[in-house]
Amino acid sequence: METASSRPVAPAAHTHWLTRLNAGDWLFAIAIIFGAGAAYSRYGQMMDTYEDAILFLHVPILIGLGWAWRPFRLFAAAVAALSLTSIWFYQGDLARAEQVFFLKYLISSQTAVSWMSVFFFTATGAYWIGLASRSDSAGRIGCAMTWIAAVMGTTGLFVRWYESYLLGPDIGHIPVSNLYEVFVFFSLITALLYLFYEGRYNTRKLGAFVLPVISAAVIFLLWYSFTRDAYQIQPLVPALQSYWMKIHVPANFIGYGGFAIAAMIGIAYLLVSRGRLASRLPELHVLEDVMYKAIAIGFAFFTIATILGALWAAEAWGSYWQWDPKETWALIVWINYAAWLHMRLTRNLRGAMLAWWAVVGLFVTTFAFVGVNMFLSGLHSYGSL
Amino acid sequence: MQHPTKRASFLDDLIELLSSMRFAISLLTVLAIASVIGTVVLQNQPANAYLNQFGQFWDPVFSRIGLYAVYNSGWFIAILAFLVLSTTLCIIRQFTPMLREIRGFRERAREASLRNFSHRASLEPTLPPEERSAAAIAYLTGEGFRFRVDEREGSTLIAAKRGSLGRFGYLLAHSAIVLICLGGLLDSNLPLALQMRLFGKTAVSGNMTFADVPASARLGPGNWSFRGNVYIPEGKISGYSVINVDEGVLLQPLPFTVELKRFHVDHYETGMPKRYASEVVITDNESGEVFERTLEVNKPFEHRGITLYQSGFDDGGSLLRFTVHGMTAGEHPAFPLNTEVGATIPLASSGGHTLEITGFRPINVENLSAPGSSGPPSTSFLGSGARAAGNNLRNLGPLYSYILRDPAGQAREYNNYMQPVQIAGHWYLISGVRTSRTDDVSWLRIPLDDDGSADAWFSIHQSFFVPERQVALIERFISHNPDKDERKSLKTVAGHVLTLFTKGGLEAIENFTVTNVPEDKRDEADMAFIQVLQSLTWEAWMMSREAAGKSVMEPDEINAPYLRDAFFALTASLRYGAPFYLQLTNFEQRQASVLQATRSPGKPLVYFGSLLLVLGVFAMLYIRERRLFVLFKKDEALVAMSSNRKTIDLNETFIRHCDGLAAALGASASQG
Repeated sequence: METASSRPVAPAAHTHWLTRLNAGDWLFAIAIIFGAGAAYSRYGQMMDTYEDAILFLHVPILIGLGWAWRPFRLFAAAVAALSLTSIWFYQGDLARAEQVFFLKYLISSQTAVSWMSVFFFTATGAYWIGLASRSDSAGRIGCAMTWIAAVMGTTGLFVRWYESYLLGPDIGHIPVSNLYEVFVFFSLITALLYLFYEGRYNTRKLGAFVLPVISAAVIFLLWYSFTRDAYQIQPLVPALQSYWMKIHVPANFIGYGGFAIAAMIGIAYLLVSRGRLASRLPELHVLEDVMYKAIAIGFAFFTIATILGALWAAEAWGSYWQWDPKETWALIVWINYAAWLHMRLTRNLRGAMLAWWAVVGLFVTTFAFVGVNMFLSGLHSYGSL
Repeated sequence: MQHPTKRASFLDDLIELLSSMRFAISLLTVLAIASVIGTVVLQNQPANAYLNQFGQFWDPVFSRIGLYAVYNSGWFIAILAFLVLSTTLCIIRQFTPMLREIRGFRERAREASLRNFSHRASLEPTLPPEERSAAAIAYLTGEGFRFRVDEREGSTLIAAKRGSLGRFGYLLAHSAIVLICLGGLLDSNLPLALQMRLFGKTAVSGNMTFADVPASARLGPGNWSFRGNVYIPEGKISGYSVINVDEGVLLQPLPFTVELKRFHVDHYETGMPKRYASEVVITDNESGEVFERTLEVNKPFEHRGITLYQSGFDDGGSLLRFTVHGMTAGEHPAFPLNTEVGATIPLASSGGHTLEITGFRPINVENLSAPGSSGPPSTSFLGSGARAAGNNLRNLGPLYSYILRDPAGQAREYNNYMQPVQIAGHWYLISGVRTSRTDDVSWLRIPLDDDGSADAWFSIHQSFFVPERQVALIERFISHNPDKDERKSLKTVAGHVLTLFTKGGLEAIENFTVTNVPEDKRDEADMAFIQVLQSLTWEAWMMSREAAGKSVMEPDEINAPYLRDAFFALTASLRYGAPFYLQLTNFEQRQASVLQATRSPGKPLVYFGSLLLVLGVFAMLYIRERRLFVLFKKDEALVAMSSNRKTIDLNETFIRHCDGLAAALGASASQG
């Protein structure tokens, strides 16, 4: 047999998957169901059919995620605990963000996002140290920091969501409506996707490559906050007041996150294939595989996101497709990765060519994400710079 | 004899090429690049905008190759057509082999070929031979495999597989592309272009009522694909949708009429728009059915296959009352003017100017923070995201726009705020002027006196510019000087300075000193002249206050800003270019809603295609086909596995199944 097992396999693997669930899994499922039920009984009368559907679909999705990826359970629990604590401290009064120590310095939305930024930078540093010194413990610290950053960022967004309702019931909305909020979201999603692959491939060596792209996003976020006061919660313009926003934007950022990871792995691949850092990084076929997986998940969700965008556009602008610059660039990104997947899956193309392509793909994606807002004008100008 | 075969082989080659991956990828690349052009060159702009941008040489070239409407150009649609053709051929070619793959189990696989698999292992079962097959089958079915058994001489092959649906993903995703493109084509500009070509429809331009539009510019009521705008002022009814083509319009009659009862714009406290809503009554032409609806952004309404969207709003002819303050030489008392938005008024009194009232907006929220002002101190980054903004959004109230054409046809565009605006602690009436849309706006800021009115400034302006009043102004100016001789020379100087200033502003004064004063005295002279002008401004102000029965003041720090601003405004008024200042005193708003009426026959096709695409993509990427072969020989069970996707998890899966099978067969795994 030529293949080498990367990890031992449990002998009882062929038992039914339900029997593989442990007490933690069931506890998690019950907590999610209970949480959703509590949310529904408390706020159900304020929700419309779509929001009901979104809430109930979240239950199996979150449970599935927790079961398939165990660390997610702890993550979800931490986020829930911190968010609820923050909300409890607020007691419905925004002014308390300035008065209560825990809110001001830990878990009000802005502070939590600032902590997220700090932890992402530290994580980047830790992963770099880990790479330079071949230190496994530095990698572990990097991993922990990334988790904490993701927890703080997610908490920040949840609290921001709550704060937006404190501004006024008509102002409240999910925080994925402007460039500032989606940059936080992008950082989180990319981090979570990366952490998933880190666990799946059992290697902490790639953090040194993936975290810089998150840090870059965070630097942009900070610059944007300080120079443009972008962190202020703004009410939604009429075009954005739609349930589609709740799913279109997150789906898009799973796409962007996947593409960003693939590009960074692509850089690692190119280095290793030239013999640089080869002894410190995973083997080429592993890098190659992660790159493919990241692009596959990115592409799948980007497809969904683009379609959801078209459905939304049909409702808001009266046409599902009108070659608006953002739409067109989304198509270009989609075509780019569709071609990449064709080359890889049908032609069985491998190697440096695909890695280069994934790296270039990130530039195309970045232009579609930020560049269009900066340089081109169109309908899709919510995140204008 | 050779021709037919040659032709056949040429056709084969062509189909081969068209359905090849290389061709498809090339098409995708070209499509991507073509799409980029359309995002860089602004699409469907007025012709002269392009002429300005690209110049006389390139403009016709770009126009000819369709760069100004890339997505409707023939070549772009041709690329899409080729993409559809290529994908279709690809599906057709792949269909049969793929179906065979999906159905087949490859139970005829030879031992030699199984031994060539990269994933294979040899097990030594301890289970009695007659129980082996059943045990393996039990394991495989438990793992979700389907299987075929092939009994052969001296051996038994179990050919099992799972995840064949992944291959359906290919068919779904690629059919989806074809469907989406076809649906998109139905909803594109193509049907309209065909109708214009086949039925000789031509767009009309210019001002005309719907009744005057000729039949050649009217589309049939049965038109099954269009997108146009329905403009309805409040209280009016419309049964037409207007389609913009080639800088003209085509008229699309609707099978119903739409009456606009009211149009609302709701705002948030910050002044941001919160809701656009049209209260409409839709009456079906045939059945007479009546629907009362409120159309909002994201909440369209569909009737008879036509969807109505809230797309925009406009002024519906608001009634405006103005006071006209004369600003040219000659005595012009302010007079009232009543008109409405959209009106064109010839003004005989002001030398043959024409006034076009072009717009009115009652609410205008502007960010008044100084550009480049530094951000908040860093600690304010902590806390909630809901704190008061560092920027300074304010509703500046009604804004009205008009175009003034002088007798030579030169147009200037004016934008005035009805209410005074506070800037740096002082209040002003504000008017912006520009000669073309590409110019920067220059502002006239008229300061308000302590009674909150701009009348004092208009009076100052008249004292400066109306000859009879200039005399009185100069008399007053010199009256403070006790010396008779000095009064006389002061009178000459003041008269001269005033003439220079009213003709050419500060520039004229500077020119005068340059030509008449030695260089070393110029600054001194300029200063002296400006001092005279400022004193004149002061005196003119006091004159206006006296005339209005208000107190006369002494120059001090409190009234210095007014003096400064009044003088600046006098200077700016020389470049204002209008013989009068149009001040809005009262209005009665009448709004109009712009709805979009759309019939898009391709939509169901596109949506269905999209569904298939998502299913297809997920099936292709995430349903992994696995084929597992177990060949039982006398003392050996050969396990081999293959997949259409070679990823790392194939290794893991193979190891897992080997271990599973070994456990089921009572064998210890051995390397093959």
